[in-house]
Amino acid sequence: MRNFFRGFGAVFYKEVLHVRRDPATLFFSLVIPLLQMVVLGFGIDTNIRQINTIVFNADGRRESRELLDRLKNSDTFHIIRYVENDGDLNDAIIAGKARVGIKIPVDYSDRLLHNMSAQVLVLIDGSDSSVAGQAINVTTAIGLDESLRRVLQDRASFAVDMRPKMLFNPDSRSPNFFLPGLTAILLLNVTTFLTAFSIVREKERGTLEQLFVTPVRPMGLLFGKLLPYLAIGFSELCLILTFMRFVFQVPIHGNVLILAFLSLPYLFVSLSIGILVSSKANSQSEAIQLAFLTFLPSIFFSGYIFPRETMPVIFYVISYFIPASYYINITRGIILRGAGLSHLWLDGLALYAMGSILLLIAARRFQNKVIMA
Amino acid sequence: MSVAVAISAEHLVRRFGNFTAVNDVSFRVQKGEIFGFLGPNGSGKTTVIKMLTGLLPLSGGEANVEGLDVRTDSESVRERIGYMSQNFSLYYDLTVTENLQFYGRIYGLEPARLKRRMDEIVQLNGLEPYLNRLAAQLSGGWKQRLALGCAMLHEPKLLFLDEPTAGIDPVARRQLWDLLFELSGHGITFFVTTHYMDEAERCSHVAYIYYGKLIADGTPNSLRELPDVQPHGTLRVEITTPEVTRALRFARHLPGIRSATIFGQSIHALIEDRFNLDDLRQQLLKNGIAVSEIRPLAPSLEDVFVELTYKHQALLEAARA
Repeated sequence: MRNFFRGFGAVFYKEVLHVRRDPATLFFSLVIPLLQMVVLGFGIDTNIRQINTIVFNADGRRESRELLDRLKNSDTFHIIRYVENDGDLNDAIIAGKARVGIKIPVDYSDRLLHNMSAQVLVLIDGSDSSVAGQAINVTTAIGLDESLRRVLQDRASFAVDMRPKMLFNPDSRSPNFFLPGLTAILLLNVTTFLTAFSIVREKERGTLEQLFVTPVRPMGLLFGKLLPYLAIGFSELCLILTFMRFVFQVPIHGNVLILAFLSLPYLFVSLSIGILVSSKANSQSEAIQLAFLTFLPSIFFSGYIFPRETMPVIFYVISYFIPASYYINITRGIILRGAGLSHLWLDGLALYAMGSILLLIAARRFQNKVIMA
Repeated sequence: MSVAVAISAEHLVRRFGNFTAVNDVSFRVQKGEIFGFLGPNGSGKTTVIKMLTGLLPLSGGEANVEGLDVRTDSESVRERIGYMSQNFSLYYDLTVTENLQFYGRIYGLEPARLKRRMDEIVQLNGLEPYLNRLAAQLSGGWKQRLALGCAMLHEPKLLFLDEPTAGIDPVARRQLWDLLFELSGHGITFFVTTHYMDEAERCSHVAYIYYGKLIADGTPNSLRELPDVQPHGTLRVEITTPEVTRALRFARHLPGIRSATIFGQSIHALIEDRFNLDDLRQQLLKNGIAVSEIRPLAPSLEDVFVELTYKHQALLEAARA
């Protein structure tokens, strides 16, 4: 067993020296993810509010103004302008100045007063599906509510009273949802680049070839490279969690120690991806390109942006092969839902399995391929 | 196999796809020799080194290094040999001491032995003043000494040096060779590739590889006496003249001169020995070419390799026809 990891100590110590000798790289690899986090955390709000709205109120009486007030008070619509004809209403939407146009017909109040059905036209720009969806939901809900209130004039309670209650993130704060997922992406980014570069640099310098003429074993070499960067990745995790908790005020409902414990297999997988990248790439620029090839699926198919459940079957299947899928489940589980080991041990195990497989593939590639270069 | 053999290569073959980089190469290196391995770029020198050091699997043939089969025992082979590549594989952001320590640990030297070996190597290579300097800040010659030191820490009996003197200054080059002779006197075997003919002349045993084929193998002196190099009934002469270019043009048209090339202020020519040296001088003078001296000359190793290459090319063309 000792022999299998031959050279581990020497390589480990040397990597630590490399890191110490180059504090600038260490500093940037720790600080840049935090900057990204600040920019994304403050800049992105996934809740749709204050949609630019244009109104053509042909009626203009009290009932129509009440309806507009209700729309405004929903916080979903922001009325930017009132126009006097259909043409201007259409133009504003085509020009992109407004996403929603509302036309209240001239007989709106009359029809309501005569207990007849009154129509309101809502034009919605469908070019952004999430904005359009929100506009449809809110206008329909307000219309329905308005109708019910008129039907039930005696103010009796509704027959069915739905009381939705949002668990875990009651204010629907974006950072709460967004940052635990972002943690996975940032960690992947840092660790993959660090390991990939540390090996590709040795390829470029010719020292890797030199190492292969010594009795060092591939596993000794790879673990010697991996552990120092595991430590850096772990420090990064601590920094990210501190920022998330105290700058963005995201409450952590679960046990931080369990989160830290379950982060180790994810860091292990990310580092192994870096090693696999370096076994293929012969230069640092090649390594960057290959690394990006692994980032994009991690961003789009891991559930970080789009929910995995709504993906087409093929992508849903693919998402099972993406480490970030499991880790995002872990971070959201512990941070938002207060989940524990009993809920998440399977995700941790899946990550360990993936990491081991990737590392074995990388070791084999180093044994067979690198030496030919 | 005799215990005095450091390397024995039998019918080595290495193919990359359809391309045969090393084609049926056999040679033996005795212990304590400085074995010079020569050949043009891309002729297979580095490939042979990689095969002998266990970096590349053999496509055919067999190789024994220090009595071990490289195909089955490559880890033990790697423990017994040292290797210095042409780009001095050092860590530029580590100091001289740190580089030495790293390679020592990689070979598993325990602390006391590592300390002793580092002292010896620092002494031998004169690295003392640079111990705390980063490898990146060393000049080419010192980088090469450090690289050699790193390759020798574990006291290998056989060292592979791949173009150890490429790109370093002449003084450092001479010093390296002095060092190699000293170490070779202690029984260490060297396998050295080089482009420099003067370095080849210093080797106790040379081999020349040309596009995957070994076309010469022997001591420098035995190669000079090969019939292909010095055909029966010919003589090699040096003609010293102030007008080398004109003389060369003229000499090439003389019957009885087989080949001629310029060496600085003189011409080296292979002439038939029925040719009288005085006649040659007369003919040159008659054409207005002043001649200061004509004297017989032993072939240089460069002559040897040129002749053997022509011969080999002729054979290849004959085979193709």
